[in-house]
Amino acid sequence: MGAGRYADDVATPRGTLHAAVVRSPHAHALIKDIDTSKALALPGVHHVLTGEDIRAISDPFLIVLKKPIDQWALAVERVRYVGEAVAIVIAEDRYIAEDGADLVDVAYDPLPVVIDPREAVSADAPVLHPDAGSNELSAREFTYGDPDKAFAAAHKTVSLEVEYPRSSYTPMECFVVVANYLRGDDSYDVLANFQGPFSIHPVMARSLRVPGTRLRLRIPADSGGSFGIKLSVFPYIVLMALASRVVGRPVKWVEDRLEHLQAANSGPNRVTKIEAAVEKDGRVTALRFDNMEDYGAYLRAPMPGPLYRMHGATTGAYDIRNLAMTNRVVVTNKMPASLVRGFGGPQLYLALERLMQRVAIELELDPLEVIRRNLISPGSFPYRTCAGALYDSGDYQQAIDKAVGEGRLDDLLARRDKARKEGRMYGIGFATVVEPGMSNMGYLSTINPADVRERQGPKNGAISMVNVNVDAIGTVSVTADLTVQGQGHATAISQIVADQLGLKPDDISINLELDTQKDAWSIAAGTYSCRFSPGTAVAAHIAAKNIREKVARIAAKQLNTVADDIDFGGGRVFSKTNPDNGAAFARVAGTAHWSPVLMPETDDPGLSETGIWSPPELEPPSSKDEINTSLTYGFVFDMCGVEIDPATMQVRVDRYVSMHDAGTLINPLLAEGQIRGAFVQGLASALYEEIVYDEAGALQSGTFAEYLVPTACEVPPVELMHIETPSPFTPLGAKGLAEGNCMSTPVCIANAVADALSLKDVPLPATPERLNALVCGEEAAPPAGISAEKPVSATAGDAAITGDGSVTVKASPAEIWKALLDPESLKHIIPGCHSVSAVTPEHYRAQVSLGVGPIRGRFIADVKLSDLNPERAATLSGDLAGPLGKAQGSGHVTLTPEDGATRIDYTYGVDIGGKVASVGGRMIKRAAQIVIGQFFERLSEVASGKHGADASANGSKSESRSWIARLFGGNR
Amino acid sequence: MREVTKDEVVRISLELNGKTVSGNATSRMLLTDFLRNELGLTGTHVGCEHGVCGCCTVRIDGVAARSCLMLAVQADGRRIDTVEGLAASKDALNALQRAFRKHHALQCGFCTAGILMSFSDFLSRKQNPEEDEVREVLGGHICRCTGYDGLVKAIMEAAAEMRGETPSNAGAA
Ligand code: FES
Ligand code: FES
Repeated sequence: MGAGRYADDVATPRGTLHAAVVRSPHAHALIKDIDTSKALALPGVHHVLTGEDIRAISDPFLIVLKKPIDQWALAVERVRYVGEAVAIVIAEDRYIAEDGADLVDVAYDPLPVVIDPREAVSADAPVLHPDAGSNELSAREFTYGDPDKAFAAAHKTVSLEVEYPRSSYTPMECFVVVANYLRGDDSYDVLANFQGPFSIHPVMARSLRVPGTRLRLRIPADSGGSFGIKLSVFPYIVLMALASRVVGRPVKWVEDRLEHLQAANSGPNRVTKIEAAVEKDGRVTALRFDNMEDYGAYLRAPMPGPLYRMHGATTGAYDIRNLAMTNRVVVTNKMPASLVRGFGGPQLYLALERLMQRVAIELELDPLEVIRRNLISPGSFPYRTCAGALYDSGDYQQAIDKAVGEGRLDDLLARRDKARKEGRMYGIGFATVVEPGMSNMGYLSTINPADVRERQGPKNGAISMVNVNVDAIGTVSVTADLTVQGQGHATAISQIVADQLGLKPDDISINLELDTQKDAWSIAAGTYSCRFSPGTAVAAHIAAKNIREKVARIAAKQLNTVADDIDFGGGRVFSKTNPDNGAAFARVAGTAHWSPVLMPETDDPGLSETGIWSPPELEPPSSKDEINTSLTYGFVFDMCGVEIDPATMQVRVDRYVSMHDAGTLINPLLAEGQIRGAFVQGLASALYEEIVYDEAGALQSGTFAEYLVPTACEVPPVELMHIETPSPFTPLGAKGLAEGNCMSTPVCIANAVADALSLKDVPLPATPERLNALVCGEEAAPPAGISAEKPVSATAGDAAITGDGSVTVKASPAEIWKALLDPESLKHIIPGCHSVSAVTPEHYRAQVSLGVGPIRGRFIADVKLSDLNPERAATLSGDLAGPLGKAQGSGHVTLTPEDGATRIDYTYGVDIGGKVASVGGRMIKRAAQIVIGQFFERLSEVASGKHGADASANGSKSESRSWIARLFGGNR
Repeated sequence: MREVTKDEVVRISLELNGKTVSGNATSRMLLTDFLRNELGLTGTHVGCEHGVCGCCTVRIDGVAARSCLMLAVQADGRRIDTVEGLAASKDALNALQRAFRKHHALQCGFCTAGILMSFSDFLSRKQNPEEDEVREVLGGHICRCTGYDGLVKAIMEAAAEMRGETPSNAGAA
């Protein structure tokens, strides 16, 4: 410990420069002009690259849909979300690069913004990609069986609309890229904590306009988590590669947390309208889905994966043969969505499992009974779903029986009864989930109609590769096509290989660095979609088995027996019939290197095997759009009890049981770690984490103070249980298990909350604010005289922040008036001000530094004075813009003489956006108060021409943010 | 108190993991950057740079603190302990380290150094903590991988071992 080899720990090449990214404070705007001169003039800055520079030397990223929605590594012509990269500054060190980024002056022409996907598809919505013609980029309809007939014949139709929120699982290590352009062979050598899928490697190479062999991508030995998200480092790999080429030096970039939370990626939010055709007894005969998935501003490959990853498994654990589905892909002014653990599963199951609860309620049946009546029966595996998934194995009834057994369900029911008798709010939830493992690389082609697929040729499979090498003294080393994220893959692989060769796991050296120039890899490489157990682990098994067989043949010759008689154990190779007849593994293996003459005729010398595994079950989509989306299908059944605090509406998970069937467990301890990690992430989506935008597209969750990751204090105890129905499709019988609780836990808790509060619609995350608003309605206005903090977001068109105040300054109105209109004195008055220049007598431009909490940066303030009533009143309006955010507002100031002094009354209203808006309201308020105080203190000093004047700001408590602070923000 | 001006490069000396070391820092350089980039001790990680995640926790004059919220110049003349120092010491870390392995208390390991530093401080002051107290201290750290359960178990077990309640080699995996 302490000797990690994470990407940011790796020593950089000599002469490495550092990059900082300039990001858009606007959710949607045209880029009018980028002035880089000030940044370039800063000592230590080497270069600034803009979208136009990038456009000339690279191509836009390939995307899955054939649609004109180009995206380069930097915004070109237009920005489409807050945080979008607009330029990069390359400098001697990171501090100077960030200073330089503050000095890049970008002029924007703001455009209307659309955040809600339902609004994005309306006729009058602003269109993000005008060439695409609409924000709905794809709408595909699918029909399996005869859903119309089933609905017509149904006893009843039960319907629901659910919305899965935006969230991300924010690995603790942010993105890191070190790119080095090698002029000699026009190639790029990049070290990055990218985690696959490596199907994106060709996308990067194409953008860089080089063949794949000239983009060498190296992944370091350690990674600080990914959960799918590190895929999205790829635009920055291209960006830093281009930067290195332009400056002729290696370029390093380390993303910071604020950048990560605003621009890395998030899971897509999805609005699902779901309907079930049901019989009296709760049997569901058909389902209809209308999925509207919001991918944010761009559709990065391999999006829209989440919408199709579960396609074959849309009917979940249920035997439902009729299904209709409409899948819509929508873009809005939010950060682009991409891979996040769970990948389409949480969205699907929130709809399906909430609906199953509704079916029970509307038919007045027991929810668990409704689940049970619809389950696929244990005798029907392998089971082909109506949408084409081939469920390998399972016994869902047994899993549920065990989970509820031994009094577990009775205990929950007793807790609920007791709580309800005492008038407390307590609810029980269930969730039943089929967890896919190892994605079929062809599933995404289902988005294209069959005739298009025909033309393009079939896409399918998922290739895993592992190399096992035995050296001349018999030591064993392994490389694999996966990247490390801490799932204990090395441990599991060494166990698999050691078992085959009769060695100890510690004898096996595993190197999970990945180098696209030297290692065996295919497009499925990387660590995501639970591909380890059903994929890479199998390839390791195959490679080790091939080594074992070869060593057995070599040994048979030396030991005068036949290969079938050879066994391995305790570091030896020996005859089964006569265990004394044997030799050390190392000795026999060494033969392959030292003594080719002793090799059996059937074998070549040397001892190195690459195991390649691509399961035949992963077929391309059929002409009827049936697709086996994954190789293995595990099962999860969760149940929980929650209690809701009547005073705060905080949800507390009282008891949680999670039952898993992941086939054969390769390593129970590692499995438990995966499941617990996923559980906390599911809990986070249910109750805490959300990426929030206001209606103007300003991000409101830009630090870990707003984006609430659960800590040890928030995590309830969880009982984990297992049954094992081995997969017949993987040699080890193992299935994926690392994502199940990301899928089951949000909806299990939502169901429990619905039960506790008798809700039909449960908003996620079910925060106290949301539940309060649902149960108690919006909060009433406070009694007169009591402050009311205004929420950060306001209705569109209104100023988000308003306030007023008054202050007494020891100077005459004339002196104050003069000070306020004089650029030189303003410079001294405005806290954090670097310069003020008068554009016209009534129009100023000021450069100021502003700091709120962890955010600090330089802004340009444009201030216009109007309604001038000399020495009495003025209206100030204008805007403030900088790399960290923007604000627009106006205020009114009146001056009233008061024996020897002047009372200044002010009111203001302001909209803020960009990174600044993403820090908490409390922090902004505090900063604003300090700045107001300083502003008037200094005004008093300057106007009275002396120090020591005792001005005291005494704004009414209702001010949440100060307009003055936005305009004249200070940092000290 | 020493005064430094903006952009001034200052020679900083400190007692790092028991040895006196020195290096150069500008007045605004964060302690994390100083430790990682200037002194080459990359065991201290950065997860947020705004004081929430705890990845950057080190001990300053014995007390666990966030090194991302501190300037390098503030460390001048102080005693700083990082995870590299822990790894070299025999007693405390070995118990924690063993317990972490046994309970699979780390997956990606990015949060681990900070947690070890917090608990090397906490357990030195509190030999017999309740599980709630351990959770409370752990609440100052974000771990995205483990779900915390293994961490709590490992820390409780390490505390017990350090009190001499379990055989010192228990659970070495
Ligand atoms: S990096 Fe210091 S608390 Fe997160
Ligand atoms: S082990 Fe990965 S963040 Fe804790």
